[in-house]
Amino acid sequence: MTRNVALFVTCLVDVMRPRIGFAAIRALEAAGCDVVVPQGQTCCGQPALNSGDRDHAAALAKQTIEALEPYEAIVVPSGSCAGTIRCHYPEIFEHDAAWLPRAQAVAGKTWEVMAYLDQVCGWKPEGVTVDAKATYHDSCSGLRELGIKAQPRRLLKNIDGLTFAPLQGEETCCGFGGTFCVKYPAISNAIVGEKADAIDATGADLLLAGDLGCLMNMAGKLNRKGSKVRAFHAIELIAGMGDGPAIGEEA
Amino acid sequence: MSSFTAKADTATFKERTDAALADRILKVAVERTAGTAETKRGIAVAAFPDFDAARDRAAAIKDHVVAHLGHYLEMFEANAVAAGAKVHWASTADEACKIVIDLCKAANAKSVARSKSMLGEEIGLPHALAEAGIGRVETDLAEHIIQLADERPSHIIWPAMHKTREQVSALFKAKHRSPHEEETIAAMAESARRQLRGEMLGADVGISGANFLIAYTGAICTVTNEGNAELSLVPPRVHIVTAGIEKIVPSMPHAVHMLRMLARSATGAALTQYTTFYTGPKRPGDRDGPEEMHIVLVDNGRTKMREEGLAEMLRCIRCGACMNHCVVFRQIGGHAYGGTYPGPMGSVLTPVFDGLPQSRDLAHACTLNGKCQEVCPVRIPLPTLLKGWREKSWREGLEPTSMRVGLGVWAWVASRPALYRFGTGIAVRAMRLLGRKGWIDRLPLAGGWTQYRDMPRPAAQTFMAQYNKERRK
Repeated sequence: MTRNVALFVTCLVDVMRPRIGFAAIRALEAAGCDVVVPQGQTCCGQPALNSGDRDHAAALAKQTIEALEPYEAIVVPSGSCAGTIRCHYPEIFEHDAAWLPRAQAVAGKTWEVMAYLDQVCGWKPEGVTVDAKATYHDSCSGLRELGIKAQPRRLLKNIDGLTFAPLQGEETCCGFGGTFCVKYPAISNAIVGEKADAIDATGADLLLAGDLGCLMNMAGKLNRKGSKVRAFHAIELIAGMGDGPAIGEEA
Repeated sequence: MSSFTAKADTATFKERTDAALADRILKVAVERTAGTAETKRGIAVAAFPDFDAARDRAAAIKDHVVAHLGHYLEMFEANAVAAGAKVHWASTADEACKIVIDLCKAANAKSVARSKSMLGEEIGLPHALAEAGIGRVETDLAEHIIQLADERPSHIIWPAMHKTREQVSALFKAKHRSPHEEETIAAMAESARRQLRGEMLGADVGISGANFLIAYTGAICTVTNEGNAELSLVPPRVHIVTAGIEKIVPSMPHAVHMLRMLARSATGAALTQYTTFYTGPKRPGDRDGPEEMHIVLVDNGRTKMREEGLAEMLRCIRCGACMNHCVVFRQIGGHAYGGTYPGPMGSVLTPVFDGLPQSRDLAHACTLNGKCQEVCPVRIPLPTLLKGWREKSWREGLEPTSMRVGLGVWAWVASRPALYRFGTGIAVRAMRLLGRKGWIDRLPLAGGWTQYRDMPRPAAQTFMAQYNKERRK
């Protein structure tokens, strides 16, 4: 059975690290999915929603719903953006009788990519080798809004050669918080500084997570402090693309 | 006057947080206490059979009483009066203070012994007592430290959390009549006991808050770990209670359920050392107890909260778990928040008391990571309530113009996919010009980012450009 899925790329992956989107397509195709990238998509509207700008958030949500609703499932390489569509779109249209059912329908079939591969497809990577020690950070929205915890670990476990070093405070926020990190940079820096120290203390070669925003925050801090830890979105390794450049490395 | 104001409140949120972040001793102090609390709570919750079901029940109890506040408050009043107490109603902080001051004056009180109460802080009672020339002795050890240092509490459970024991030792040596000589916690506690015991027993009036008001019995409940409430409320002639109207629970079994949640969430203990229910003043034949008991029920914005979308916040039992687990609180401590209540619950409450224009930063200075909601014993959706304040701030035009314009332009472009593709293509090329060896160390318009961390240099083309080019082949 072929699953027709739409990839919602997310604005951050589109602009900052396209290979996460390609890794998602590669893994989904390996799992037997037929992947489409709807052209009407831009951003899910989370920056507006979290800034209190309900009108612009609703406008972008409508555009996203229109772009995604024709498909059987919507898969997103970000727990935070998937969480916005799944948990917050129905809240945005709580009092809008015309849009609420459409928002709920899209919400009900939206998945974070690793959760989709693991829970829906029952797929696991085969023949992928990465000789490295990795540590994993649980990004907050995926963890607390979507319950993403075991799924990436189950997938990563099937990569040959990959070992794991537990991260002290793996469920503690990295201090990214979207616009928070530029509105309150000093507080954000104090938080990510501790996170970077904890990552370094694991002795891992690789930092893995499921959200590019958090990864950019942590990788950017690790680089500024001169750490040698390399950061990837977990889907890159899962899709067999762990041999490419890490975040901040030239291709 | 809405809250007890100190000098620090005149600074901006940014000034306060910068000062807090620069204070390494503060960081040590906050981390010691909050870190211990986090660990102990985790152990206590894991050992409790089905804590999640207990949280559901706690939330349901609070939602029920908040929906039927009038019913239970009237029942409480009738039963408290039947037990011999007098019940007073205050709709504002000023009214509440005036009632307490008038009662103190009627009792001809020269000094009052006060048992730690956050509601007292909220209504500005320490300040009101000082203005009325009534002496005040804080009997909770941490509140005693705060009083000696002339500061404000920085945490709702551990008011002196921001101080290390080394700082407290120096303070006691400077201020106590016969301070400790040995540098041990036991010797320091003994020094405080020598200082406080006489003042406590000599007070004319004892003032407390209430952790719970029991509607069926008219009792009020206090919890402490030092026994100071009992010692400061039983000997004086008059006991005055100030309590928020949301503290009501129907019956003793409900109170006991909430106590289980409160102690575990706050300190990881199964119960506090002292849990006392006070039902009316001394009765004929009783060997001790106050001659008069007055209960001041304070609204101070609470019914308005219920009407204006903050009903869930009235579930709060003031355990402090949200702040103990908050990454922001752990960095800046409690004073930087600038209100009576710090941390996530304080960020929801402070705009109610101090106004949104004065406190709009609080709702934004949050990463929305959801940890506070995860640990809340009454399941308050704190991130949702904080986002509610962000929306109100946006609607009322309190957000900075740069933010409004920036977000507006971005949203306008993002609503036009073709234009958006064009714009992101240019943005990627521009960003690449600024980078070297994969990283950008200075990025215009994102100085907050690059001040502290590097920005990865984007790929040569956006995902959409690459994907569509591949497909055309």
